[in-house]
Amino acid sequence: MAVPSFLARDRIVARPGFNRWLIPPAALAVHLCIGQAYATSVYKTALVEHFDSTLTAIGIIFSIAIVMLGVSAALFGTWVDRNGPRAAMFTSACFWVTGFLVGGLGIETGQLWLLYFGYGFLGGIGLGIGYISPVSTLIKWFPDRPGLATGMAIMGFGGGALIASPLSRQLMNYYDPTYDGTAGTVPNGEAVAALFFTLAAVYLVFMMFGAFIVRVPADDWRPDGFDPSSVKKKALVTTENVSANNAIKTPQFWLLWTVLFCNVTAGIGILEQAAPMIQDFFRNGETSTVAAATAAGFVGLLSLFNMAGRFVWSSTSDFIGRKPIYMVYLGVGMVLYVILATLGSTATWIFVLTAAIIISFYGGGFATVPAYLRDLFGTYQVGAIHGRLLTAWAAAGVAGPLIVNGVLDTQGTPGQLVAANYRPALFIMVGLLAVGFVANLLIRPVAAKWFEPKATDPATARANPERSAAR
Amino acid sequence: MSHPATDNRQPTHTPVGLIAFAWTLVGVPLAYGLYNTVKAATALFGG
Repeated sequence: MAVPSFLARDRIVARPGFNRWLIPPAALAVHLCIGQAYATSVYKTALVEHFDSTLTAIGIIFSIAIVMLGVSAALFGTWVDRNGPRAAMFTSACFWVTGFLVGGLGIETGQLWLLYFGYGFLGGIGLGIGYISPVSTLIKWFPDRPGLATGMAIMGFGGGALIASPLSRQLMNYYDPTYDGTAGTVPNGEAVAALFFTLAAVYLVFMMFGAFIVRVPADDWRPDGFDPSSVKKKALVTTENVSANNAIKTPQFWLLWTVLFCNVTAGIGILEQAAPMIQDFFRNGETSTVAAATAAGFVGLLSLFNMAGRFVWSSTSDFIGRKPIYMVYLGVGMVLYVILATLGSTATWIFVLTAAIIISFYGGGFATVPAYLRDLFGTYQVGAIHGRLLTAWAAAGVAGPLIVNGVLDTQGTPGQLVAANYRPALFIMVGLLAVGFVANLLIRPVAAKWFEPKATDPATARANPERSAAR
Repeated sequence: MSHPATDNRQPTHTPVGLIAFAWTLVGVPLAYGLYNTVKAATALFGG
C-alpha cells in the first residue's frame, strides 16, 4: 500500500549533522497520547450511568482496544517498517483521533456500539500502529544504547496515563461543574463526550507534531565514536538481520513470547486488583485499616514505578545485557511474589515495597523487549517482529485478570476477602514467572540459516521485504 | 553528531531551540502528570 509522498520514508532520511536527540520527543509525543488507554477508569462509572449499563459492558471497550492493539501491531508491523515512522505516526494519529470522535458521538447520541467501534476498534488500531511506530526508528538512531532508546519511548506509554487521569478529571469538572472528582460525584454523559472531543483535538496536535519532526537515519549513519563491530562481542547480539516472517519460525521468538506473556500476566495480576488488594491484605473483620484514599495513593505509586521501571531497567539492560535483566525480572520477581504472599500482610511497607518493585519489573519487561528483539534478529524488521510479539500482551491481558478473578471468585465475596484468599493466585504467578525464567534461560543466538543475504543493501531490502519469506 | 561515511548530501544543523521546544512540549505534560500522581501517592504515607 503506497503512502502520499509527504509521508514517504525517503522524504525523512536525515541529512548529515541532524541531531538525534530530536527523535525521543517525537516518539514521546505519540506514546504520551496513546498511553491514555490506561486512564479509562476515570470515566468508567460515568459511562455506566449514562448508558444505564454495567461495568462489564463498559469494560469491553477497553478490552476491544487492547485486542486491536495486538492484532494491528502484528498485522501492520511490516507496513510500518517499510513506510517509515512518519507514515505510521500519521496513520496512528488519524485512527486514534477518529476513535475519540466516533466514541464521543456514540456518547452524545446514546449509542454504545459507536463507542465500541470508535474508541475500541478504530482507537485500538491507532494504539497498535502508534505503539510500534517509533520503536525501530529509535533503535536505529541509538545503536549504542538501544535499551535507553526504547525505554524512553515506552516510558511515555506509562506516562500517558499519568497525564490523562488528572487532565480528564479537570476537563470533566470544567464541562460539568457538579462533578469535582471526589468519591460519590459522577460527571454526566455530555461532559464525557466533550472530554472525548477535547482529547481528540489535543492528541491530533501532539501526534502530528511527532510525525512531522521524526526522521530516519541514513543507512550508513552511525553515532560519533560508535564501532558496530564492538556490538558483536556481546553474547546473543547479532549484526545480522532476520525478516519478520522468518523470525516467527525461530524458537527464540516463541521463547521470548513466553517470557513476555509470563512477565505481563504476573504484573497484571497486581495492577488489576491493586486498590482492593491492599485493603483486603490489611482487613480486620468487616473493615480495612487501609482507607480508600490510601488505596488510591497506592495505585498512583504503582503507576510511578511502572513508568520509572520502563526507563531505568531498560537503560540498565544496555550495561548488563538483555538476558540477565530478564533473569532479574523473572527470578527476583518470583522471590518478591513469595514475600508478598507470605509476609505481605505483616506490614504495610513490606506490601507496598514488594508490589512496587514487581510493577517496575512489569514495566521494564515491556520496555526492554524491543532491544532484546534487536539483539536477536537485527534492526531490519524489528518493528514488525515487535508487533507480532505484542500478541503476548493481548493474551496476557486476558489471562492475568482471568487467573486472579477466577481464583478470588472461589475464595469468597469481594469486600470480605483477606490476604490468605490471594495466596493461591499469587503462587500461580510464581509458577508463571518460573516458566518465563526457564524460557529466558533457553534463549540462544539465532541460527545463521535465518539471516538475510549480506549482498542485499537495506534500501533494496525495504523495497522487497518478503524476499526471504519462502525460506 | 552524525558521522556519515559516504553521504554526499548537504549537511544540516538542527537548531538547539527546536530540540528544546520539542522536549518542553513533551516534558511539561509529563511533569504535570508526575506532580498529580505524586500528590495522590502521598496519601499512602500520610494516611
